[in-house]
Amino acid sequence: MYVYQEYDQRLLEERVAQYRDQTRRFLANELSEDEFLALRLQNGLYIQRYAPMLRISVPYGLLASRQLRRLAHIVRTYDKGFCHVSTRQNIQLNWPSVEEVPDILAELADVQMHAIQTSGNCIRNITTDEFAGVNPKEIEDPRPWCEIIRQWSTFNPEFAYLPRKFKIAVNAVPDADPALIGVHDIGVQLVHGADGETGFQVWAGGGLGRTPMTGAVIGEFVPWQDLLAYLESILRVYNKYGNRDNKYKARIKILVKALGAEKYRELVEQEFAELKGGEMTLTAEEVARIKGCFTAPDYQSADTAALDAKLAEDKAFSRWFHTNTRAHKQAGYRAVTLTLKRTGRVPGDISDEQLEAVADLADQYSFGELRNSHQQNMVLSDVAANDLYDLWKALDALGFATPNLGLLTDIVACPGGDLCALANAKSIPIAESIQRRFDDVDYVHDLGPLDLNISGCMNACGHHHIGHIGILGVDKKGKEFYQVTLGGRGDKLSRVGEKMGPSFESEEITDVVEKIIKLYVEKRLENEPFIDTYERIGMDPFKERIYG
Amino acid sequence: MGKVIIDGAIVDNQWQRLEGDALEAELPGGKIIVPLAYWQAHRDALLTRGDVAVWLAPGEEPKDLEDDLAALPLVAIHFPAFKDGRGYSYARELRTRYNFKGEVRATGDVLRDQLFYMTRCGFNAFEVREDRSIEEALEGLKDFSVTYQGDVNEPRPLYRRG
Repeated sequence: MYVYQEYDQRLLEERVAQYRDQTRRFLANELSEDEFLALRLQNGLYIQRYAPMLRISVPYGLLASRQLRRLAHIVRTYDKGFCHVSTRQNIQLNWPSVEEVPDILAELADVQMHAIQTSGNCIRNITTDEFAGVNPKEIEDPRPWCEIIRQWSTFNPEFAYLPRKFKIAVNAVPDADPALIGVHDIGVQLVHGADGETGFQVWAGGGLGRTPMTGAVIGEFVPWQDLLAYLESILRVYNKYGNRDNKYKARIKILVKALGAEKYRELVEQEFAELKGGEMTLTAEEVARIKGCFTAPDYQSADTAALDAKLAEDKAFSRWFHTNTRAHKQAGYRAVTLTLKRTGRVPGDISDEQLEAVADLADQYSFGELRNSHQQNMVLSDVAANDLYDLWKALDALGFATPNLGLLTDIVACPGGDLCALANAKSIPIAESIQRRFDDVDYVHDLGPLDLNISGCMNACGHHHIGHIGILGVDKKGKEFYQVTLGGRGDKLSRVGEKMGPSFESEEITDVVEKIIKLYVEKRLENEPFIDTYERIGMDPFKERIYG
Repeated sequence: MGKVIIDGAIVDNQWQRLEGDALEAELPGGKIIVPLAYWQAHRDALLTRGDVAVWLAPGEEPKDLEDDLAALPLVAIHFPAFKDGRGYSYARELRTRYNFKGEVRATGDVLRDQLFYMTRCGFNAFEVREDRSIEEALEGLKDFSVTYQGDVNEPRPLYRRG
C-alpha cells in the first residue's frame, strides 16, 4: 500500500492540530453552528439521531493489519465496541463524542489514517474494485492512480467548497464496472491506447441519490500524463457553474444533464487547453514512485493439492470456496471475501474483537492487508490455496464465512432510521426480516446471483438504485413505507432500476420480496440469473403478480 | 477605518467597498470598490477619477473584467456566504489566466478557516468579517506547511518540487 513520506505524515499531524483548534473554538462559542458544520463535515463528522457519526477515510478500501488494530482500539475506547463498513469503502463510528474526535484523529494519524474529506461538499474518498491488483480481468492495477488522485484532491484549495459532494471512482476492468464508475460524479476507466500506453476514459455526471442517472463520457482518451489536469478542468467547470441555490439540483449530474455532455465537454476542453502540458502534468518518476508502493507481495508456491483434497471431502467448505473466494492473478492464490452479512448482524458491522481477529488473519494469511468492499464486506486478497481450509475454519468461528457472497442474503443496507438523522425509514430490520425469510441456504444458492440493496432515504447510501431488487424507505404522513425498484445493476455497466409501483408498509415488504423471487423462479430459463430474467420478461409480470 | 490583512500583515484598510444605496448618492472620496455593473455603466468617469477598484459577486467572472484588468489596482471577490466556493476559481483565474498582478481581496463572509485555501488560490488581501478577530484570523494562513498540489504561489505540485 502507499507508504507515507515525512511530508504526508506532517500534513496529517497539522490537520489534527487544525481540527483540534476548530473543535475548541466551536465549544468556546467562537464558531457558530453553521460555521462549524462545514468544517466538521469536511472531517466526516455528522450529528446524527442519537449521537455524532464519524466517517473514517479508507482510501480505495485498503487497510493494513496495524490500522485494523488501531481501529479496534478506537472503537473500544471511544465508541460502543463496533464500527460499520460503508458502501464507499470507508469505516463509520456511530457513537463518538464531538469533544473526543480530535483525540480519535490523533490516534488515526499515528497509523497514517484520517477523516479528511469523508463528507461535506468536497472531493470524497477515491474508490475502486475491492479486488484491485489481484483481479485477473483488470488491464492494470488501478490503485496507484487512485493514490495519485487522492493526493491531488486532498486539501485541494480550489475545490473545498463545491456546490455539493463529489465522488470519484476508478475502474481497470473492461466490460464490467466493479467500482460503479457509471454512477459516480466522475468515473475514471483505465484503457490502453493504440500504442499500449495507459490512458483514461473519463465519465462525468453519474450519481445515485434523489435523481439517479448514469454519467456520460466526457474525455474519450486522456493520456496518463494529463489525468490530473483533466480532472481539474472538470471540477473547475462544475465549481463555477454548478447550481448553488438548490441543494437537490447541485450535483454535477444535473449540470451535465442541463448543458448536455457535448457542451460540458467543450467547457472542459477550454480549461484543459490552458492546463495541458503545464506543471500539473504527471511525471514518469512520480508514477513509478507510487506504483512502487503497490508491487505484488512475495508469492510462494502454486501447489493446490491440499486444497483439492479438502474440496473433495468437505461439502460446506466447497460451497464457501465456490461462493466466497475468487480467481486471482497469481496461480495458487485466491481472493477471499469475509461476508459481514450473517443473519441477525447489521450488514457491514464489525466489533473491536473481530477487527483484531481479522488483523491477525490478514497477517497470517494475506500479507498483512485487507480491503473493504462497497458491498460492505471485507476481502483478504492474497491467500494461498493450501491455506484456505484453515482460514475458512477461522472465519467460520468469527461468523464471517456465511457462504452468501453475491446472493440474496448478502444484503447491502445503510444504517437507516435506527441511527441516521436523514433516514425516512429503518433499513436494518428490513434486511434482517428478509434474511430470516430466506434462511434455507440451498434455496438461496439455487436462486443464484442477486443484489438486494436497501436505503433508508433517497440519499441512497444503500445504493438501492443499482440493486437487482432495490428497496427505498419513504415517509408517508409520518409512517415508514418502502418503495421497490427492479432491474438496477452495478455488476456490469451500472444501470438505475425501475420503480415497480406504489410503496408498501414495513410488514408487507418481505412478502413482496418473496413474491418477486417466486415469480422469477417460475419464469427463469435454465441457469438464468434474476437480472437476465428481468431483462427478458420486463416489469409487467412482476407488477401484475404484486399488485394484480 | 478598519483593518485588513495584506500580504500576511494587518494594516489599515484604505479601500471602501460600496453597494446598494451608497451608489445612488454622490460617491465618497478616497479609494472605493464598486460593483461590476456600476463599473460597466460608469467606466470612463471612474477611470478619470482614479482610485477605483471593482468587486465581483458570485456569478460574475473575471472574464467580465478582462479588458479592464490592466487599469485596475485591485479586484475584490465578494463572499456573501463562505460556503459559496466560486470565488476560489475566480481568484485563480485572475492570477493564472489573466496574469493579474494587482491586489486580489476577499470580502464578505471571510473567516479564519478558509484563509489558507484562499491564499493558495491567489487572494493576497482579506477583509475578515467584522465580528471576528483579525489577529486570530491571521493564524489561519499558517495552518499547513505541506501542500500536495501546485497553486498560484507555487505552481509546481509536490512531485515537481524536487
